[in-house]
Amino acid sequence: MHPVAIGFFLLFIAITLGITYWAARKSKTATEFYAAGRSISGFQNGLAIAGDYMSAASFLGIAGMVATKGYDGLIYSIGFLVGWPIIMFLLAEPLRNLGKYTFADVVAYRLKLRPIKILAALGSIAVVILYLIAQMVGSGKLVQLVFGIPYDVAVIIIGTLMIIYVLFGGMLATTWVQIIKAVLLLSGATIMTIWTLSLFGFSPEALFKAVKETAGQKWLQPGGLVSNPIDAISLGLALMFGTAGLPHILMRFYTVPDAKEARKSVFFATGFIGYFYILTFVIGFGAVVLVGLDKIVSIGKGGNMAAPLLAKALGGDAFLGFIAAVAFATILAVVAGLTLAGASALSHDLYVGAIRKGESSEEQEIKITRVAVLLLGIIAIILGIAFKDQNIAFVVGLAFAIAASTNFPALIMSISWKRFTTAGAVASMITGLVLSVILIILSKTVWVDILGNPAPIFPYKNPAIISMTAAFIVGIIVSLLTQEPEAEEKFEEMKVRKYLGIGAE
Amino acid sequence: MRKEELLSILRDPEFQELAKNVTKVVTTFTIIMLVVYYSFILMLAYGKDFLSTPICSSCATTIGIIVGIGVIIFSWLLTGAYIWWANSNYDPTVRKLREKFRR
Repeated sequence: MHPVAIGFFLLFIAITLGITYWAARKSKTATEFYAAGRSISGFQNGLAIAGDYMSAASFLGIAGMVATKGYDGLIYSIGFLVGWPIIMFLLAEPLRNLGKYTFADVVAYRLKLRPIKILAALGSIAVVILYLIAQMVGSGKLVQLVFGIPYDVAVIIIGTLMIIYVLFGGMLATTWVQIIKAVLLLSGATIMTIWTLSLFGFSPEALFKAVKETAGQKWLQPGGLVSNPIDAISLGLALMFGTAGLPHILMRFYTVPDAKEARKSVFFATGFIGYFYILTFVIGFGAVVLVGLDKIVSIGKGGNMAAPLLAKALGGDAFLGFIAAVAFATILAVVAGLTLAGASALSHDLYVGAIRKGESSEEQEIKITRVAVLLLGIIAIILGIAFKDQNIAFVVGLAFAIAASTNFPALIMSISWKRFTTAGAVASMITGLVLSVILIILSKTVWVDILGNPAPIFPYKNPAIISMTAAFIVGIIVSLLTQEPEAEEKFEEMKVRKYLGIGAE
Repeated sequence: MRKEELLSILRDPEFQELAKNVTKVVTTFTIIMLVVYYSFILMLAYGKDFLSTPICSSCATTIGIIVGIGVIIFSWLLTGAYIWWANSNYDPTVRKLREKFRR
């Protein structure tokens, strides 16, 4: 390992632990612990959201996909971006005005607390655990590769650091880890892009020409990713509305003082994330020309090492060390956000909401949260090690499918449809959850690639087109078949709070 | 909040107008985003040749690259447009109504 890498790595850990120490003293009450005391500005939250969302997988994975598949990598990144405007228009303001700490608060606002909280917590925890597995396995491999630390040790280091941040520093520490990571990642990617372009006279056209000469015209045009339009639409639905159903993302909207700042944070987040994806496009192409396709493919499956290899080609071991430290920071920020979201689902939704029916002392709630953080951290480490050599390509897809089919439909119907009932919400969430899991198992990624069957039973790669549509239809039908006058009455009351923010926390 | 107070806000024509406007604007913006994104997807499925065409006869840059980057920039500008609408219409009305009902 290069001394620069060790230096950045230790500096990052020292700074983030310092922040955690500072944040620990400001994380006593539940609002401080879950929502950073609602003290984060829209701009800061925009950066933190970007830091929460741009995983190492999107940095390394999308740059790698652009390097190995060309234009199709761009198609993927666009899918990851277009959910953001939707979140802004449909969710940001109502979420902030209606909820307390989790999106389940909003779904349960006018429906029956217990059943809603149990199912919403289940949806959250499923998404969080799946996402955590993907992050832990990916990061274990990455740290192993760039730092030369054994896989198991890498997973334990990451797990331990994330437990420390969240356990002691709560949302405030998590937010600042995410902000620092976002700044590091954006500046690292910017430096790489400018450096790459400078070798081509700052002309993207010259870069594309060089790509055409080294890899072929195919790299500059759409390839096999969108050959089947239904598959493409299904993937698009999962990415777009899955983003709008990710519990760790939705939780970030409670850290700002009001709906206006919530809205502003999406504007900044969308800008940062979109800018970043444009950079990864240049970085991936830069790697094709400056590193060479053979070398990228030979090291790391799916071209995952394209960005680090480009860093090495540009600035030698020192710059590689910097980019490796950035990737490490990226992993930590994402897993910390996930752990906090999972712990709040376990404690705030499941324990306080469902078991104690909303009546619990704040001290008790925080105590349970801390236990949940520890528990989730240990589970993440164990699963990270257990799934070491497993094929986990389906895991993120499943997480997005569940988020889009279980969390999003119930959330959007509860804030915008008066006739929506508890029974409708329960039926919708169960349908979404069960269908997305079953259909993923029957699809090619699991049924053929893992279970070794000759042909998939479900023909599409992503279940969202069926599971999300079914969740909406079942939710609507069951709601129409049931009556809940109380929920309808509360819908009117909710409108005042939703639009004017009167009574919002 | 007391029941009468709640009802007086709900019955207020300005509040009803606001709720209607927000719903209308939010729906329009959402539909624009959906149309833009799914047009892109359909273009990928049915217009591959068009997207693969270079932007000029000696260029390497394809129309697809411009359209793809365009979708990213458009998405961001659209969130900016919503902010602009909300700052100039939504927020002032909310402030006015909250003053009116002293909340």
